[in-house]
Parts: sequence; C-alpha cells; structure tokens
Amino acid sequence: MNTGGLRGVRVLDFTQVWAGPYCSMLLALNGAEVIKVESERRPDRTRFFSVTLATTYKGKDESQLYNNLNLNKLDITLNLSHPQGVELAKDIAKVCDVVVENFRPGVMDRLGLDYEALRQVRPDIVYLSSSSRGSTGPEWNYAGYAPTFAALSGLSHLTGHRDGTPSLMSGRTDLLVGTSAFLAIMAALIYRSRTGKGQYIDLSSSEAISVLIGDTFMDYAMNGREQTRNGNRDPSMAPHNCYRCQGEDKWISIAVASEEEWQSFCNAINNPEWTKDARFADAFSRKANEDELDRLISEWALNHTHYEAMELLQGAGVAAMPTFSSEELFDNPHLRERRVYTEIDHPVIGKQTLVGEPWKLSATPAAVTRHAPLFGEHNQYVFGKLLGMPTARLEQLQKEHIIY
Amino acid sequence: MHGGFKNGCEMRIKERSLEGVKVIEYASLVAGPYCTKLLADLGAQVIKIERPEIGDEARRRGPFPNDIPHPERSGLFLYVNTNKLGITLAPETSAGKEIFLALVEWADVLVEDRPPGVMAELGLSYDVLKLANPRLIMTSITPFGQTGPYRDYKAHSLTISHGAGAGFLTPVDASEEELGPVKGGGLFDRYSNGLSAAAATLVALYAREMTGEGQHIDVSEQESSIAYDRVEISMFPTEGFISRRVRPFGGTVPLPCQDGHALIAIGEERHWKALVELMGNPEWTKDERFKDEESRFKHAMELHPFMSQWTGAFFKEDLYRKLASAGIPAGVVRSQGELIERDEQLKARGFFVDIEHPEAGRLAYPSASYWLSETPWRVERPAPTLGQHNDEVYCGLLGYSGDDVVKLKEARVI
Repeated sequence: MNTGGLRGVRVLDFTQVWAGPYCSMLLALNGAEVIKVESERRPDRTRFFSVTLATTYKGKDESQLYNNLNLNKLDITLNLSHPQGVELAKDIAKVCDVVVENFRPGVMDRLGLDYEALRQVRPDIVYLSSSSRGSTGPEWNYAGYAPTFAALSGLSHLTGHRDGTPSLMSGRTDLLVGTSAFLAIMAALIYRSRTGKGQYIDLSSSEAISVLIGDTFMDYAMNGREQTRNGNRDPSMAPHNCYRCQGEDKWISIAVASEEEWQSFCNAINNPEWTKDARFADAFSRKANEDELDRLISEWALNHTHYEAMELLQGAGVAAMPTFSSEELFDNPHLRERRVYTEIDHPVIGKQTLVGEPWKLSATPAAVTRHAPLFGEHNQYVFGKLLGMPTARLEQLQKEHIIY
Repeated sequence: MHGGFKNGCEMRIKERSLEGVKVIEYASLVAGPYCTKLLADLGAQVIKIERPEIGDEARRRGPFPNDIPHPERSGLFLYVNTNKLGITLAPETSAGKEIFLALVEWADVLVEDRPPGVMAELGLSYDVLKLANPRLIMTSITPFGQTGPYRDYKAHSLTISHGAGAGFLTPVDASEEELGPVKGGGLFDRYSNGLSAAAATLVALYAREMTGEGQHIDVSEQESSIAYDRVEISMFPTEGFISRRVRPFGGTVPLPCQDGHALIAIGEERHWKALVELMGNPEWTKDERFKDEESRFKHAMELHPFMSQWTGAFFKEDLYRKLASAGIPAGVVRSQGELIERDEQLKARGFFVDIEHPEAGRLAYPSASYWLSETPWRVERPAPTLGQHNDEVYCGLLGYSGDDVVKLKEARVI
C-alpha cells in the first residue's frame, strides 16, 4: 500500500533512458499511478544496456538499471507508429492527469500526441516535455544525454582539478533534470487543483543544470570573471580540501570556516609546531599559504584512517567527512539507522537492495512498493480494466502488432 | 504553442502556480534559501527571516562587484533570494519567539535549516508549531537529517558532497585518478539539495490540498545527494560493483579541441554509424574492440586517443555544429562568459534576465529551468536588503504599530 501524497494522480509516461524515467519514478514513489508506454519497436534502452556497468542484458526483464529507475510503475506495450496505437494512447490520456515525454522535440507532434492534441481529449492535462535544450530556439531539436547537459550548462567548466580536464558529473546530472521536471509538474498540479487548469511545461535539461551554479554567473555579470575548476578548494576558506588517508584510495574532506573552527582543528590534531607558524595565524594567511598548509595536513592525514580522522575532527567540532565509496555508504551505521536503503523482490532478477526515497515526509512518506514492471506487464489492467476493452479485442490488437 | 512564453507579449500578467502559498524561511547560505527561491519563483509569498544587523551568512560570501565585500552586493545572496521579502528577527528573544509563532500561524510552509534540536531548544519544534497551525508544512534541511549517529556532525558544502559519495565518482578523466576525488563545481551540490527540499515541500502542499493536514519533512542533504547517485550507489548492493571516478564511459568524456573541449555522447548504434561516416570511415573504427556499444565502453581507454585525435583538429563550436547537424548527440564545454554572451540558444529562450537591485545595480541573472505555459516565471522583486520589509510585515501583516516596531528594533528583536 503506497502512503504517498500523490495517490489518485494518474500519469501517462512516454519517457525513456534516465532523466525522464526518474521524473515519473518520483511521481510513482509518491503514490501516483504511472503508466509507462513502451513497445517492441521501441523498448526502453536501459532494459538492454547499462552504461554504468558496460553490461548488455539479453532479455527485456533482466536489467537492474531499468529496475532502479522505474520502480512502482506500470508498463504497457503500444505501437505508436500505428494510427490505432496513437488513438489508444489518447484514450489513456483521457483518464490521466499528467503526461511526461522526453522524445526529441517534434516527435510527439509528428505522432499527433503533442500538448494541443492531448488537450483536446483531456483539457486540464499537465503535459511536460523534457529535452536537451528546450523545444524552442535554434538548437531546439539537438539531441543530448547527461554528459552533454553537464558540458552545455557550464557545470563541466567548473568541475575538476585545477588546470585539469573539465569533468562530467555522474548520472546525477540526469536525475537532477528529472527532479527539476518533477518540481515543475508538482507546481502545475497544485495550480490545477486550485483552478482546474492544466498547462504545458517545456524543460531544457542544460538550463536545469545551469540554474544550479547561479552564483558563478553572477560573478561574470559583476566582474567579468569566469570561475573555473579548482578541485576541492573554496574561494575563501582554508583548509578546504580532500586529503589522502591510510589505505587504498581513502580520503578525508576537511573544511574550516572560522577562527574557532581553526582552533578546534589544531587541538584535534594535537597542536603540532607548524600550527603556530605566522603563515597560518589568520584566515587570510592560511588562504595565502594554502599549498603549504595542505601539504602539512596531508602528512597528518596519511597517518590516520579516514574514519579515525572523521571521529577525531568531528569530536572537536570540525567539519570532516570521508570520501565515502558506495560500499562504505552501504555499511554505514548512520544510513542504516535512517533506513536509506530499501529491499524489493523482482521476479526475474531476484532480491534487489536499492537506495530508497530522497526525503522523509512524516504524514505521506514516499515508498518503494513494487519492482519495475516487466515488459508489457500491465496491458491487461490498462486496456482491459481501465479502458474497458474486451479480451477478444485486446488479443486481436496484440495479433495486429498494435498492442505490441 | 511553442511560442516564447517568457518573452512573448502577454496581454495580461499571468498568475503563477503557487500564488497564495505563504512561506517563512528561517535559513541561510544555499540549500534552504534556494529551496524557498524555487517556491518564490513559482509565485509563493516568501518571507525570509534574517538575524538582526548580521543577516544571512551568504551576504558575507562573494562574489562581490570588484571583490569589495558588501552585505547588499553578494552575487550568491542576490541570486538565491530573488522574489522574496526580507525581515530581521531574533526568535531566541521572548518577543521574537512570539512574533515567530505569529508568522507560523499565518504561513503554509516553514523552511528551516537549524541543526537538529535547535528549534526545540527555542521552543519552536514541529510539535509546538503544529499546535499553533495544524496545517503547517515544516521542511527541515540539515546535512545529515534529524536522526542517526551523524545528526550533530558539523558540515560545510565540501564535506557534505564527499560524505554522500559524490566525490568518489568525480572527476571522470582517467589520467587524473591519482589527483584524487573532487566535489561538484561551485556550490552545485548545495543547490541540488535545495531542489530536493522544494520538490518534497510541493508534494506535502499537494497532499494537503487533498487531506487538509500539514506534516514535517526531514531533508538530509547527504540522503538527497545519495538519491541523485542512486544508480551508481545501488550498484554495490545489487551487483557488488563499486563505482569509482574512473568508469567505463566510452567516448563520453570531454574531448580536446583546438580551443577547449567538446562532448560526443553516443546513445544508440545509429549515432555511432553517423559518427564513423562523419569521421570519414577511418580504419580504426573497424577494430573488433569498437564493434558495438558494450565493446566500446569496455575499451574506452583505447578508444579515447583515436577520438581525441579527430576532435583535436577542430574548434569546439564548429565541431559541435557539425556533430549536431549529423544528428549525433553532442555538447561543448562552455564557460559562464560564453553562456551569457554567446549562447544563441539561451539568448533565444531568454534564459538570462536583467534584474535591477537598489544596491547592486542591473545584472544578468539566470532565470528558471522550466517554462510553464499558464503560470510563467517572472521577476517580482530583487533580493531584499537586510530588514527591507520589516514595516510591511510587522505593521501591515501582523498589525504592530510603528511605535512597536521602533521598540522591537531597540530591543534588538528585529
């Protein structure tokens, strides 16, 4: 039983790959009934290939990646290259509150499933299109994926080591786009609940990332300065870096903001002689002599495990956290107590332990209630029960490769 | 219908989606204020509470014009507090606490970022506040959440990113492995967590439309960040695979050009075919190691030099156009200046918007990540100066007299 705040909301989901499916999964985790549309002609690519594992899956229902990004959803197979398939999609839209799609701009128009078309059958529909660069402007039909969003947003220019190559972020680029889309849909749903009016939402993925580095644009606007990659450093704080610890690829991040924190830091590392050096006497000097400061702290860190360093420094009130790996996060007592991971049984790939919902609501908590759908698992429910289609007709359409 | 919603000549000013929603912000720096900026941008009436005389810590963080610190000219503060009203209030005084409670009675949402337990010490825990206003939605944003062994841990942006595992996954360039992990650029991670908090708050607002009840939201920045990496982080429990900063991203790493870097993101086999053709069918593309997606990802390190050699001959923008024209998903690494001055797409969409501020002047700000056709984004007002709306809120909203306001000021309550 889902306890989420979006119970009663029904979503028609044409999205594929990462960003779009994460948006509709957030709707589903919060209790919405999400109907994902796939077909033999166009199954979600994540059913077959995981870029993060460089693994190909043979069957359609073996992908842990697909499972991870499509929890709680229902799935139908509908051939949209057939006019009857399009009509059926409209029939489903008629009983939905939200439509989400991340085709390249223009595709839904060509299929006759654009906002104007669906508004005819469901006047108060909330319809979101998520694309690489938005559905207007000279680059409206450019294709892209998370790495291109990171590059075109300005984020890559800012991320990485000083003088190093611009870096992409992980899959989070896509999931941030998905969350931005979710936010816009929620705003539109709230507006609709008050006014009865639906609307069209155009989301540009690169813009959705650009807004997350807003202050760096302000620096350009104010000073013509282009902030760039500077590793783990901060414009004013020092020490502010990641230091190698004992063990294989183990690191501790330390950030000291105030004079008080600096004193606590010195005490925690037992006040070695160098901490009394004039070069580190105040925040300005520490920043000016940061390279030397980092070298000395590195020497200290190498003599500790990252857990030791964390406990020692946190015990003194200094912000310090290990650079946790996924293994360390999974074994972490704090995250265990907060039940960050959740377990779900999948009929083909078995028991899966996954990161659960991103936030905790006291009255209407989001929850993982079912595994990602098998390919076409809910054709009977959606066409039979929801649309009231007789079984013989359903079978006929399957034979004709329309429900396919 | 694909007209410019933001730039189009509107016959009337349209409503915004959260019009009528009343929000109190008791937060500083980035995550909390960005959460309420998103709500304010969507039309909510946000009253930001700052410490009398001192204000939000963001006022002391740059960027500042000409690098001269000034509490009304912080680029960070100006950006994350656009569209809000600002008051000063000290809830730790008894008169201040009364005023805080009066504001909570008025509000639909309270967003706060005090360390766990501090609101309770002030006598302003959720349990107390919900007695004053049962419909209240209280969104608490902290580095590690309200419970658990790390709840009282000290944190800054850097340590939250690393403690959530994001650092372990960055940067992706294999040649920089030994240099160690890095955080996301700028304050990217904190904004991301503010986005999570805003999304959760909207779920609670929607639920309240249906149930009439408020609730308490516990946003742990660490968990918000982990959720954004749910694919990589879940691969440990599901596959026993520890995702690291050097990963099989195939050709999908920034490739060198004459004047910077470009990106080629092969998503489908037809993209690869188009690329091979565009490159003039070089011999190396027939190599077994690059025959399909899986092989290309597995041999990413070997593929990279071939790709770099080809891209290295181009200027990045030329290459971007060339790839995009061939239908190949592509990108180019752009700097802030390039995005503001020369990105024709952003110009056409009106992404940067000039906002006039009494102290900081007229500057180009990023707008919003969405276009809502019926309830478009707009600038209602620039970020507030410290205590700018004290009279409006204390006299206009809460009914204090001008005399009261003077006394409250003298008592350093406001």
